[in-house]
Amino acid sequence: MSDLNTVMVEKYRNDFLKEVEANVEEGKWVKMCMQCGVCSGSCPLGPFWEHPPQEVFMMIRAGKRDEILKSESMWMCTSCYNCIVRCPRELPITHIMHGLAHYAERLGLAPKQNPTRKFALMFWDNLAKAGRVNEPILGIKLYFMNGFKQGIQTALKMAPVGLGMLRTKRFNVLALLFHKGCKGKQDIHKILRKAREIELAKAAKFGG
Amino acid sequence: MADAKIGAYVCKGCGLGDRLDTQALTAIATREGKAVFAKEHDVLCSAAGVEMIRKDIEAGEIDRVVLAACSRRSKTEAFNFDTVAVSRCNLREGVIWVQADTADARAATQEMADDYVRMSCAEVKQMIPPRGNEQAERNRHLLVVGGGMSGLTAAVEASRAGYPATIVEKSGALGGWAARLWRRVPARQPYADPQDTGVAELIAEVEADPNITVYLNATTTRTTGAPGRFAADITTESGKTVTENFGAIVQASGFTPYDATRLPEFGVGKSPDVMDQLGLETLAREANGSPIKRPSDGREVRSVLFIQCAGQRSNKPGHLPYCSGHCCNTSIKQAMYFKDRNPNVDATVLYTDLRTPGNGEDFYRSGQRKGVIFTKGVASVVQPANGALKVKFQDLILNQEVSIDVDLVVLATGMVANSGVDAEAAAKQEAWKDEGAGTDGAQNAKPEAPRSQEVSILNLDYRQGPDVPQLMHGFQDSHFICFPYETRRTGIYTTGPVRRPMDIAQALEDATGAALKAIQALENAAQGRAAHPRSGDLSFPSFHRDGCTQCKRCTVECPFGAIDEDERRYPQFNEARCRRCGTCMGACPVRVIYFENYSIDTVGQQIKAVEMPDETQEKPRILVLACENDAYPALDMAAMQRIHYSAYARVIPVRCLGSVNSIWVTDALNGGYDGVMLMGCQKGDNYQCHFVKGSELAHYRMSKVYDTLEQLQLEKDRVETHEVAITDIQRAPQLIEAMAETVKRVGLSPFKF
Amino acid sequence: MAKKQYMFYPGCSAEKLASASNYEVSVQAMCDVLDIQLNEIPDWNCCGASIGYAGGGELPRLALNARNLALAEQDHPDQDIVATCAACWLSARETKERLEDNDALMRETNEALGEAGLKYQAKQRIRHMVEVLVEDIGYEELGRHVKKPLSGLKIAGYVGCQTNRPFGIEGESFENPKYLDKMVETMGAEAVEKYDKKVSCCGGALAFSEPEKSQALIKDIIEAAYDGGAEMIVTPCPVCQMNVEVYQGQINKKYRTKFNMPVVYYSQLMGVAYGKSSKEVGLNGQVIRAKRLEELADRK
Repeated sequence: MSDLNTVMVEKYRNDFLKEVEANVEEGKWVKMCMQCGVCSGSCPLGPFWEHPPQEVFMMIRAGKRDEILKSESMWMCTSCYNCIVRCPRELPITHIMHGLAHYAERLGLAPKQNPTRKFALMFWDNLAKAGRVNEPILGIKLYFMNGFKQGIQTALKMAPVGLGMLRTKRFNVLALLFHKGCKGKQDIHKILRKAREIELAKAAKFGG
Repeated sequence: MADAKIGAYVCKGCGLGDRLDTQALTAIATREGKAVFAKEHDVLCSAAGVEMIRKDIEAGEIDRVVLAACSRRSKTEAFNFDTVAVSRCNLREGVIWVQADTADARAATQEMADDYVRMSCAEVKQMIPPRGNEQAERNRHLLVVGGGMSGLTAAVEASRAGYPATIVEKSGALGGWAARLWRRVPARQPYADPQDTGVAELIAEVEADPNITVYLNATTTRTTGAPGRFAADITTESGKTVTENFGAIVQASGFTPYDATRLPEFGVGKSPDVMDQLGLETLAREANGSPIKRPSDGREVRSVLFIQCAGQRSNKPGHLPYCSGHCCNTSIKQAMYFKDRNPNVDATVLYTDLRTPGNGEDFYRSGQRKGVIFTKGVASVVQPANGALKVKFQDLILNQEVSIDVDLVVLATGMVANSGVDAEAAAKQEAWKDEGAGTDGAQNAKPEAPRSQEVSILNLDYRQGPDVPQLMHGFQDSHFICFPYETRRTGIYTTGPVRRPMDIAQALEDATGAALKAIQALENAAQGRAAHPRSGDLSFPSFHRDGCTQCKRCTVECPFGAIDEDERRYPQFNEARCRRCGTCMGACPVRVIYFENYSIDTVGQQIKAVEMPDETQEKPRILVLACENDAYPALDMAAMQRIHYSAYARVIPVRCLGSVNSIWVTDALNGGYDGVMLMGCQKGDNYQCHFVKGSELAHYRMSKVYDTLEQLQLEKDRVETHEVAITDIQRAPQLIEAMAETVKRVGLSPFKF
Repeated sequence: MAKKQYMFYPGCSAEKLASASNYEVSVQAMCDVLDIQLNEIPDWNCCGASIGYAGGGELPRLALNARNLALAEQDHPDQDIVATCAACWLSARETKERLEDNDALMRETNEALGEAGLKYQAKQRIRHMVEVLVEDIGYEELGRHVKKPLSGLKIAGYVGCQTNRPFGIEGESFENPKYLDKMVETMGAEAVEKYDKKVSCCGGALAFSEPEKSQALIKDIIEAAYDGGAEMIVTPCPVCQMNVEVYQGQINKKYRTKFNMPVVYYSQLMGVAYGKSSKEVGLNGQVIRAKRLEELADRK
């Protein structure tokens, strides 16, 4: 467990709902769920969630901290926003799921082997580096994210897809060399560092 | 009746003149119908047409009018002649709009019109313009039984409308249960916080009003009379009785909280920290704004659980099968008692379906914003343990058995109506037994048998029992869709939770409605007119004493308790209680009951007036007796949509299927009709019959007619009874078509001469 | 009509040699005909997309977007910002709305932007290219430029998720938006009327991390287009385009289907209808070639 996690456990004791409200993006909405289940029924990957959104909300209220934060559930979100537009209570469900996943990641509780988590982190690192996404590097890293051996297998399996993209100049290893990203990448690094700093300070401060 | 002077008027408007030989119709009216004269007019409902009729009436040439034009439901303002008897002969909606406009159909269409003219002349010959109820009395005084929110509101509303009211309250104080609340569910924007009950202001208004008299510690020990002339004995605790006269009665006897001691599984009686919602109101009033404390040890409550649907919405024996409607909002309100004072108190509402009527959805949201936790689950056990209450429940979202410890448990128990004695209880008990109650098997377990309360509220001296009849679960009768407030005791209006479970906001609205209905009833009574639904009708039932066999069928079957028995055991009609449905007329086996404008003969002669083609012509005749409230309008509307049906049908509107005397059916069959159809309203628990029991009685009586069919050796298919709603615009004509098919299949009646 | 000018946010996938470079090519061709000038935001950066949440928290993602918006504000404060990529549009617009609603977040974001000497004031509207076409130009004007009506083509308008939710196009429903079909019809083609996967999800970024689950969704999207009698799919979103197009081979293997359905951008349809060549609208960038469209484009 990370240090931050220990601090949070200590700080909120049994009140996971309060912890979520204070630390999770749009978390203050969780208490407004009226348990109709439209979100779960509207999710394209609904059947694959161990705990669909409706249940996630209920579990937060029931104080099931570990079950939620260690869950793979939120990582099933495809960001299709169907739940948001259908929620009769207008809860920003997509954002809450993203927020929970991020919070779990920050606390070091997110499931390490979850492929979406891996890809998402990779994506962020990729874009944060130069300010823009470098697609070839992202693609190659994606193939090898589960180790070299499996990476080769994935690459072979994906070869026809890759070839198509290569042929149409929509995936180009030359970009490995040419992709320069933003001119102001140093500025971007500074901005992101500062933003993270402010966010952490806020989390540490809340409620003493 | 020999000196009936009939004037027949045949309209040529709306295409009638093109589709029909109107001259032939006038000939039938004079020759067969014995009209003094018959006139054609291009547009009968025009000012000129109406003036022509009016002049004829004023000239004294005629005392009965046949209007061969459109449906009785059209042009009612133009064709309003109240000094003569009028028969509306429906040639437009009844004939030309439901028949094809083709050369082939022309002859059958004309035959239909010919018959309807014969029928109208036959009917009007039997009619007398009604004189109105001679027992009419005006009494503007309203009796309000019950001094809770509903009763107080009814009295205040009546007084504001200029009608004096007398409140009879059983207890020593006004205000009812509402006076025992700390706060009420909000009734105003933004519906976010509990608000003052308003009871004190309402009581103050009542006490300051010289038009309102209040009897406390008092009950109505005897109620006699009828709308416009009720007399009530008001007896106070001391035993003193005064008798006062009233024009109408509002019964607002309220509810009794469900007895929570019947829920031992929830720890009632085992710990003072388990209580019903009223128990919590008492705690909150005692706390008076400071933190609410546990009764067991006086410690501030840090966690509270509200168990919704405790002993209600349940089929378990001893539980209430229905939803009391207010409890979800009430629990949200009570959770706020804690959260508003201290947001750190854990307040959880355990529910299966949160139902928040009115603007409760906003209130629910406000509760969520304040941090009240709503958990979907079903509690099984509450047990005192180690200075706390251990609650076990099934979490319905997470699908697991959960156990939590709380300081306080509040049970949302239901409302039981204070409806007095259920005169029909014995019959209901029987029905309940028939449905297989009492047999084991949790899922099929029936709610307990309907209870019969021993203490009457009104002590009516009516033949049919001392209180207003009940519809379901002990709540007093009302027509749940069309006519709330109306009971089966004319001039007596029930309101508030005795009528159905409701909250304060609904009760206030309900009481206002009931007060206005009561005023309407006493004003109608004063003018000798019927109350709803034939409001304005001046006719009333009479009977020929000579033929009466004192069988009591009329007194038993009258849905409104209008008929008592006199000292010689003859029926005694209370005109003002009568709703003019004619159920008594339908019931009478010796056919001695009649209205001046609606009788065995007015319909019977119509049935006979139809020209019956002999067998060789192969033209069947189908008699349709259609309820004027739903089935007849449905057929009219079908006509407006030009939906066609068999030209062999002859439709006669009846006031209610309850008024259909089986003699009409047997006479029709004897007279050669090939099929007879009865169209009435939905019956049973969810009845839509405007006279509550009429349709049900008709169905029952028709089952007996089948014996007659057997005697006549006729096929059972020839007689059908249907439930037809006003919205059955497609279906009603289809039913007639189906009967025409049936007749084709079973063949023509052998009784044609 | 006078030239219309907008600040333009093309996004990472529209860069040269990137996965939606053909989209960018066709947008420029279309704007050329409609007399729209797109002024690229100087040194714009990635929006973080929806999948950026794991690494970037709320404030870093807001700050990242706010940098673009602040740069645009500096450059042409009087012009609306237009994005062609659904994710870019959504992230940018979400940033603007959340910062406008929340003073504390606005303060904190500007504190972070201050590190690079920038300040964001939320002056400009943030719009999708489709909004510009529908609202600023209008169907009638869009139709006026048609030189080669796409008659005889039956096309399924796949709107997908993020162009449609949570913001969507003003006046359209979330469950059955009509604008894409109207655009198809304006170009003279026939739209599939009951395309029941019109707003279903293609899996988005999860096409990479959860290929099996995503491809099951994609299969339904293509199947429904075939069921509606379509011979190609049109979409406004780069992720939709790629996901629905490039996995057809794998789906065919797994589900024994014979999909070979071209997936094009609305801007490519419009470019062709406006008389541009197949190369000018980037049709050489389709992995599954839209042969009928190419023929039409290159017919003299």
